[in-house]
Amino acid sequence: MAIFNLSINGQNKQVDVDPNTPMLWVLRDHLDLVGTKFGCGIAQCGACTIHFDGTATRSCQLPVSAAEGAEITTIEGISEKGDHPVQKAWLEHDVPQCGYCQAGQIMSAAALLKDNPSPSDEDIDNAMNGNICRCGTYTRIKAAIKTASQNI
Amino acid sequence: MPTQNSNLSRRSFLKASALAGGGLMLSFSWLAGCKPSPEKLKTLPKEWFHMNGYIRIGDNGLITIMSPNPEGGQNIKTSMPMIVAEELDADWKDVMVEQAPLDTENFTRQFLGGSQAIRIGWTPLRTAGATARNLLIQAAAQTWNVPASEIKTEKGFLIYQPGNLKIHYGEVASLAASLPIPEEVTLKTPNEFTLIGTSRKNVDVPKIITGKPLFGIDYKKEGMKIAMIIHPPAFGMKVKSFDAANAKQMPGIVDIFQIKSLQDDYKRTFFDTTQFTDLIAVVGNSTWEVMNAKKAVEVEYELLESYEEIRDMFGRAGSRTVPGGLESLDSQLLKMQEAAQNATVQRKDGDPEAAFKKAAKVIEQTYTAPFLAHNCMEPMNFFAHVNGEKVYCAGPLQKPELTEQALSSRLGIPIENIEIEITRLGGGYGRRSYAHWLIEAAVISQKVNAPIKLIYSREDDMTAGIYRSRYQITYRAALDENNELIGFHINGGGLPENPLHANRFPAGSVDNYLVEGWEVPSNVTTGSFRAPRSNFNASAEQSFLDEVAEAAGKDPLEFRIELLKKAKANPVGENNDYDPDRYLGVLELVKTKSNWGKQENGISRGVSAYFCHNSYAAQVLDLKIENGVVAVQKVISAVDCGILINPDAAKNLCEGAVVDGIGTALFGEQTFEQGVPTNKNFDTYRMIRMKEAPASIETYFVENGLDPSGLGEPAYPPIFAALANALYKATGKRYYDQPYAPQLST
Repeated sequence: MAIFNLSINGQNKQVDVDPNTPMLWVLRDHLDLVGTKFGCGIAQCGACTIHFDGTATRSCQLPVSAAEGAEITTIEGISEKGDHPVQKAWLEHDVPQCGYCQAGQIMSAAALLKDNPSPSDEDIDNAMNGNICRCGTYTRIKAAIKTASQNI
Repeated sequence: MPTQNSNLSRRSFLKASALAGGGLMLSFSWLAGCKPSPEKLKTLPKEWFHMNGYIRIGDNGLITIMSPNPEGGQNIKTSMPMIVAEELDADWKDVMVEQAPLDTENFTRQFLGGSQAIRIGWTPLRTAGATARNLLIQAAAQTWNVPASEIKTEKGFLIYQPGNLKIHYGEVASLAASLPIPEEVTLKTPNEFTLIGTSRKNVDVPKIITGKPLFGIDYKKEGMKIAMIIHPPAFGMKVKSFDAANAKQMPGIVDIFQIKSLQDDYKRTFFDTTQFTDLIAVVGNSTWEVMNAKKAVEVEYELLESYEEIRDMFGRAGSRTVPGGLESLDSQLLKMQEAAQNATVQRKDGDPEAAFKKAAKVIEQTYTAPFLAHNCMEPMNFFAHVNGEKVYCAGPLQKPELTEQALSSRLGIPIENIEIEITRLGGGYGRRSYAHWLIEAAVISQKVNAPIKLIYSREDDMTAGIYRSRYQITYRAALDENNELIGFHINGGGLPENPLHANRFPAGSVDNYLVEGWEVPSNVTTGSFRAPRSNFNASAEQSFLDEVAEAAGKDPLEFRIELLKKAKANPVGENNDYDPDRYLGVLELVKTKSNWGKQENGISRGVSAYFCHNSYAAQVLDLKIENGVVAVQKVISAVDCGILINPDAAKNLCEGAVVDGIGTALFGEQTFEQGVPTNKNFDTYRMIRMKEAPASIETYFVENGLDPSGLGEPAYPPIFAALANALYKATGKRYYDQPYAPQLST
């Protein structure tokens, strides 16, 4: 066990955990930030996507020891009032079915649009390739990303 | 106007008013809490008044509508309350929706499955709304001393035009809650609907997109421990012994012990499926610590002998022999081929043998499909707190009522002492009907005497069974010299489930018809998977009809229309399980919407149609092959599910069915070696990803004003064959064995 000082959603947090603990479980079990989801544990599904210094990162593969000194953003911190352009586009297109993967989808989409505000279809396919939606809402996700790109 | 016996019990009314009389809102639990709809305007009322099990009206006019059924992405939590709100004449922006817990007194069939929630709920939900509206009108009539018949309602207001009087529902809700429930109420006619048929946003989306706790896996309670299980690595194996001495010393570990989820002599009901009843449970303070300790537990396994499983299948007692041994794909296939030679006749019309004898052409093909894992994105999990004689559980499951019975039997605690809260499901697709994990969670909680949350890892889930069965069907078609279809023969079965629906199309359209089925026992556990059995029947039958049409020199869509017209004019046999007119309706609609026969150059196109869960769906799929990769350009679906409640949500569901079906047809597969499931996570179990989804999906609905029928499943089965038939056009090769993608690259 060791103490780690983390910056999460602009706030300083301290946790006392095993240094190998993935950020996914630090967020979910120790900091009560359950918006970041557990899907596969091997960086194949994208449900646990967070921003690590602004880059979309699978938190199930990010040990807490590597997160010190970085700015971590989760779905809870992407906007104060749920009004990030990507979130608003998700509402407008009524994207979710079961909804479980959507936080990860939104985090991947937000990171894409920050780097590339006007992505092509191919850019979107590539950026979203790591996020599985089992319900099959991909066409709505893509449409929502295009809407968001016009408002970013 | 139709009238409806209100059928709401005095008991449920008394229970409701007693709560209202307390003058307090129910104390909402952490998770099921009041969920304001996105359009919410008002602040919370000081007092709620209970109209019935579904409806509470606040003194300020705000309305809470309970959604009884589990929500797993089918948008039922929005659609069901919409139906209640319609008959209540509520203003949707003043409606809050709350997920009901399992409550067999106030609700019936709190199931997610079979696409039946709206069809079966249609009248009870409307009646609940109409009954409350009737009570409010009576209360206003008493208050104003005017005839009830002259009071109208509109958007949450009671209006008496002659006296220029208008008040909101909240102002008479207290009085209304004290009036006797009317024995009969009048329901609206569909042309009076103002809310049903308009698109409304999913009420949970604001929480989903901001990461608020909503799913079972998010559940937390003071003092809660985390539990995980270890199950045998192979079907046909069981736990012999284990050594957890080292693992118990690891940080954060509370205890490690063996549990038995279902007793050997327990009479299992339909959904009590699991072969892994002996498990090792690891309990600790945090998920990561438990995951690490799990790896350090040493378990020894032994071969499972063949055994009798006692079953109670919907009241019919019986048992079945579960074979021992470690199965592989090859050993299974041999047994399937043997069983196909000894099939049982399920339907026979005319003289099939004679028809095949005199046929000018006989076409014969065999279709297969593998086991499939459901792969819900939210891994299996459940919270359980067995506190002496009281049980409180919360989490995602599809059939809470049936699971409660199994839980009561296992714990020896009466049902009235068990409370089950239903959380949003991160996908179900049938998997969460088989809630062995809830029993396991409760047994673990009882043992450690603490609240626990059981979590399956992805690997635990993907290798735990309850797969879609492995199937095979051989079709034979006899064409005469005029290319008329004169004989049809289906020989189909599965391991362990026979998929055939003997009385479905094309039964009824062919004079000489033979259906034979078979089953092969297996110790691999299987269960319902989105559109059970239909998901394979449709893919095989609709691929085969395409090939028969080609052999007959006919357009595939017109060939289906020709057969259905025949089934309509002169139906062959009895008990034909479909309505040819509605089948024709979706085919005609998809034909128009796709400009059938006029597709663009370079596009390969396939058609398919199927009937299941009381609804009809036809699809046209356009694709290109680019560098050996399938690129689906467009899918057009035509669906007849009667009256639509929430059209945009209905479209979303059909779009999802299309994407899910294309992914499963191309990639979906669970395989075995010596009883061991070979795909354990998403690195090898290939799921469809965004780049493989259709570039565009269009969905059209037949407008016929008929009562609503199923929608969660019907758009799923036909897409497999629409894809296979389009692939044939593109590659010149027919696709008989799922998944298709591995055959494309060779």
